[in-house]
Amino acid sequence: MAADPTAVSGGAAAGAAADLIADLPPAPGVWCSGLRKRYGRRPAVEDVSLEVGRGEVVGLLGPNGAGKTTVIKMLLGLVQPDAGEVMLLGRSASDPAARARVGYLPELFRYQPWLSAAEVLALHVRLTGAGVPAREQLESLSLVGLRDRAGDRVGGFSKGMQQRLGLAVALVAQPELVILDEPTSALDPLGRADVRDIVLDLKGRGVAVLLNSHLIGEVERVCDRVVILDRGRLAASGSLAKLLGQREVRLHLTDVSAAAQARLAATGELERAGDWFTVALPADDDATTVPDLVGDLIAEGARVHAVEPTRISLEDRLLGILRAGHGGDR
Amino acid sequence: MSSARTVVIIAALTLREASRRRVLLALAVLTVALLGLSGWGFSRLAAESSEFSTLTSGEARLAASQLLNLVMFGFSLMAALGTAFLAGPTLSGETESGIALAVLARPVRRSAVLLGKWLGLVVFGSGFIVLAGLAQCVVVWATVDYWPPQPAVALALLAAQTTVLLTLAVLLSTAVSPMASGVVAVGLFGATWVAGVVGGAGASLDNEGLERVGTVSRVLLPTDGLWRGAMHAFQDPSPITASFAAAEAFPFLSMAPLTAGYLAWAALWVAMIWGLAVASFLRKDL
Repeated sequence: MAADPTAVSGGAAAGAAADLIADLPPAPGVWCSGLRKRYGRRPAVEDVSLEVGRGEVVGLLGPNGAGKTTVIKMLLGLVQPDAGEVMLLGRSASDPAARARVGYLPELFRYQPWLSAAEVLALHVRLTGAGVPAREQLESLSLVGLRDRAGDRVGGFSKGMQQRLGLAVALVAQPELVILDEPTSALDPLGRADVRDIVLDLKGRGVAVLLNSHLIGEVERVCDRVVILDRGRLAASGSLAKLLGQREVRLHLTDVSAAAQARLAATGELERAGDWFTVALPADDDATTVPDLVGDLIAEGARVHAVEPTRISLEDRLLGILRAGHGGDR
Repeated sequence: MSSARTVVIIAALTLREASRRRVLLALAVLTVALLGLSGWGFSRLAAESSEFSTLTSGEARLAASQLLNLVMFGFSLMAALGTAFLAGPTLSGETESGIALAVLARPVRRSAVLLGKWLGLVVFGSGFIVLAGLAQCVVVWATVDYWPPQPAVALALLAAQTTVLLTLAVLLSTAVSPMASGVVAVGLFGATWVAGVVGGAGASLDNEGLERVGTVSRVLLPTDGLWRGAMHAFQDPSPITASFAAAEAFPFLSMAPLTAGYLAWAALWVAMIWGLAVASFLRKDL
């Protein structure tokens, strides 16, 4: 039997302890440490740790087969980890009650085809044990644009509609943590924009959101932080500002002497395409790097035609991280 | 969320699935057809067969017992096939399609979900066999004026037989594909029945080796043992039936009632298979 999460035994000591706990900041939506999973001899996930705070949107990125969905399933107890620890909303995930306030949209979204959309929502509300009135349940359907189809059998829904229904299922029982696994894979551009708005709304209401998506643009727009997985391992993680903080400058140069080229290379990582040179700027750039570099290049006899500051996109950054990780075998 | 609540929700969902997927309708149509056919057959037997009217009352009751058991076998086969093929899709089908992902990510224990599914199937299968069996008894009573000696015991044993088979189907569906689980469960059911008939022939021929085939198969899968107990409760208790059953090894007559020990074994068997199913389902990665 699951314990009642609100049950606190009597006594002054327990009361004092409860006050103490109430004063603490709320536990993160998800916290996991050292997750590991092997399928046979093939390691699927190796030593993955991550955290999603309340009101934070974290994107899970990585190529196919990186272990993103396996990590999500381990968080939800759908896949048993070989090692590691998971806490959901401050409770150990080994207790099913930890999932009481968790909404989940699986990558493989299928719902009982012989139930209507409204019945699927009612079933999930009952399974959660949350007393969500029917009117509010219908509001979840309105949110995903399925209000008019509430009474229709799910078996007749298109993939996009089933995914919208899945989103409503994830949101219906007043979740404090929402895990969305490829939530827009079957949606049209309008649906994707809806999902973006929904995620930002959840964030605004202090809900923790873990978003697994292939669409980097989508992640870039809504996520505060990203976690990049590659071949089951954590390849990089951090805030978007940190991951994208690195800037570059593109220069169109002619008459570049060996000394000028050495000066460019000394500034940062250098790429050359014809007369265009791209130099990565150091993270601690205090706005003197570019004017100093240009001054020195002119002094070395180079002719400067253009200087363009650029920002690295998340996509470039992701590809850079993944290519660096695969450097040994490519 | 208490586990008892989960069990009730999932059991109700399973019953709703059976009715929405037209399993209920299909079974109802088949049942009515079988009842109608058997009613017609029994009434013709009584009205037209000069043999039946010249039989002694003991012989007539023997004939009625055999026919009743034959039709009941049809019903028990329908219940077995129905629940075994329902258990596959509802459990392994849902894990395959992904329906189980969203459900099991809720604050529910897997064992409670499995118990709910099992309970729903038990209610469905037992409810069907009890209603259809009772209707058949009434048909026989109305046509040839034969009422079985222990109808309640017989129907309870048929329900138990259905439960045994669907528990096996549930275990199989935690491990193999929906179709395979149904096929294997029904195949084993048929094999045990044949082994029971072989064992009966062995007993009437005083061949211990053959007899043991039936005994062992009845221990391994208690469906046939329970079925024989049910037949015994349906059939006429007169000595003539007993001697006929012993001498001819007729597959639709049974020689002896069930022992308490065998019933206890059947209950233990269900508990063990159910425990294995839970253990298998708990370990499953979805």
